[in-house]
Amino acid sequence: MTSFPNGAIPQVNGTALVVKGEDIDTDRIIPARFLKCVSFDALGDQVFADDRKELKGSHPFDQARFQGASILVVNGNFGCGSSREHAPQALMRWGIRAVVGVSFAEIFYGNCLALGIPCATSTPDQIEAIQGAVEADPAAVWCLDLSSPELQSPAGQWPVTIEPGPLDMLRSGRWDATSQLLDHSDQVQGLIDSLPYLNNFAAR
Amino acid sequence: MSSGTLYDKVWDLHRVAELPGGSTQLFVGLHLIHEVTSPQAFAALNDKGLTVRCPERTVATVDHIVPTTSQQRPFADPLAEEMLSTLERNCLENGIALNNIGSGRQGIVHVIAPELGLTQPGMTVACGDSHTSTHGAFGAIAFGIGTSQVRDVLASQSLAMNKLKVRRILVNGRLSEAVTAKDLILHVIRTLGVKGGVGHAYEFAGSAIEALSMEERMTLCNMAIEGGARCGYVNPDQVTFDYLEGRPHVPAGDAWKRAVRWWRSLASDADAVVDDEVVFDAAAITPTVTWGITPGQGLGIEESIPGLDALDPGDRPIAEEAYRYMDLQPGTPIAGVPVDVCFIGSCTNGRLSDLRAAAAVARGRQVADGIKAFVVPGSEQVAQAAEAEGLDQVFRTAGFEWREPGCSMCLAMNPDRLEGRQISASSSNRNFKGRQGSASGRTLLMSPAMVAAAAVHGRVTDVRTLPLHPAS
Repeated sequence: MTSFPNGAIPQVNGTALVVKGEDIDTDRIIPARFLKCVSFDALGDQVFADDRKELKGSHPFDQARFQGASILVVNGNFGCGSSREHAPQALMRWGIRAVVGVSFAEIFYGNCLALGIPCATSTPDQIEAIQGAVEADPAAVWCLDLSSPELQSPAGQWPVTIEPGPLDMLRSGRWDATSQLLDHSDQVQGLIDSLPYLNNFAAR
Repeated sequence: MSSGTLYDKVWDLHRVAELPGGSTQLFVGLHLIHEVTSPQAFAALNDKGLTVRCPERTVATVDHIVPTTSQQRPFADPLAEEMLSTLERNCLENGIALNNIGSGRQGIVHVIAPELGLTQPGMTVACGDSHTSTHGAFGAIAFGIGTSQVRDVLASQSLAMNKLKVRRILVNGRLSEAVTAKDLILHVIRTLGVKGGVGHAYEFAGSAIEALSMEERMTLCNMAIEGGARCGYVNPDQVTFDYLEGRPHVPAGDAWKRAVRWWRSLASDADAVVDDEVVFDAAAITPTVTWGITPGQGLGIEESIPGLDALDPGDRPIAEEAYRYMDLQPGTPIAGVPVDVCFIGSCTNGRLSDLRAAAAVARGRQVADGIKAFVVPGSEQVAQAAEAEGLDQVFRTAGFEWREPGCSMCLAMNPDRLEGRQISASSSNRNFKGRQGSASGRTLLMSPAMVAAAAVHGRVTDVRTLPLHPAS
């Protein structure tokens, strides 16, 4: 497995896999019983645990043709529900480095960004075409190119959307937000000194 | 673009800086932490050699993994014990107040912060838990975050955020007798869909909202996230101030007067501009129950499970999945569906007024044969208040188990869980596949009074058909 995202992310390369369905929630991506841990290390094996058990080996994450994939192609409102970062952590530790879909739940999207995993969107028709292309040739190597941004494969190119702020953070390597937040420590102190509820509601 | 709303005002007050690329660095006024989503954040903080910026603005409790039968330490489950021990150590090392078991202040994070007066109008509130939207009931901007963001808030007391659009959910008229805030929010989600609110904050307004108590407003905002809205809020008013006055972290005397003046000024202006508005008629809402595997698959109690032809094409695949998973067929009336387990509790409906409403149904009745029914108060304070007015006895006499506070079977991270294909009537917030601890378990969401009605009949029951027995 390639190392976890680090620094600037100009593109994500690798084979792709498809998980179809609307409103796939984070309880399905990682069931709550696996949240009983104080580190994320073991989550890769537990991704989609109950869905995989139910499908007895035919879940996309178990299919031989999709093993080693880096780009996950999904449908609408992927990652809804619980805020658990364990969901993108589990996907990342399985090997996923980018997700492409019709839409994403906001907290999931932010959690992916904090890990350096781009979430790119496209129209339902385009996503259906991409999913068809992945399934027709699961060995094909895809490239999510963040400069355009665009999803490229031997089968063709599809324009995708990544919000300008996150796109800039990923391309520049500033997606690990901690250091830039700490850069404004003085301004934070300014708010601590002026917000009414932190200052006994004194008139400013 | 919105302007003059509470959301705009609170956003502007907490803006630290504009970040390269267009995100905003937002100051976090209150950071709530618990045992599940914080350990990796503290570990990451240590790895980076950072310290907690504002330990006095960080408040901890333990809720998700606590057993509700015996809370003796060490817990029987070594993983649960390790999670609480880790939280205890992190709080001790970083000078963070922990509302631990037995302190009289422990409970579900979204129950205790309001009852301690920590949550106040005009704050930004963040917590590694999606139901942080609950705190919007006070006119705060409150949102769930992931663990990397918990780390960021610990380190900097701020977050990189993008501003949301504001949608006003205007609810006119009055809710009918026995129709609750839970029914209202299930109705809103059913109407606008589980992704309808993505990219939005929901401002709940209108005469039906103004008439709600604070605990009802918390139920409402709690489930904004189930409609896709990361936060929901109600403008602060006299109901808000009456709830807050006298609570531990709320100012007194002249500071109280100044606080109320400031809080009033934060409410959305009469001429505020919202991005859009959806109007509901409160009187048209009936007790609402989910039948499927998303909180948007709701039905009025008098309705039947919809056929595919009644649904939008986009909603059909998940409806088909729900028919299979729930083993419920189109045309089946939701009233009368048999249940196995009845759960009253959670950050949605585990407060004193919720327990009173359920007790009014349970009083003088018996849980039906073969039904497991249990009540989990949302906090130690709720438990104590309920016991002081004898609600625990009402429930016990009726055949319910009375438990210790915690998240319990809302997400089944403790020993409380469904077994096999069991189906629950649950006052919680999510009916996702496997949510309540069994990979094939099934959940019907409803109000606490409706859960009590289901418990005494062993099947989904319109609570309006049962005469109530409020405390004499």
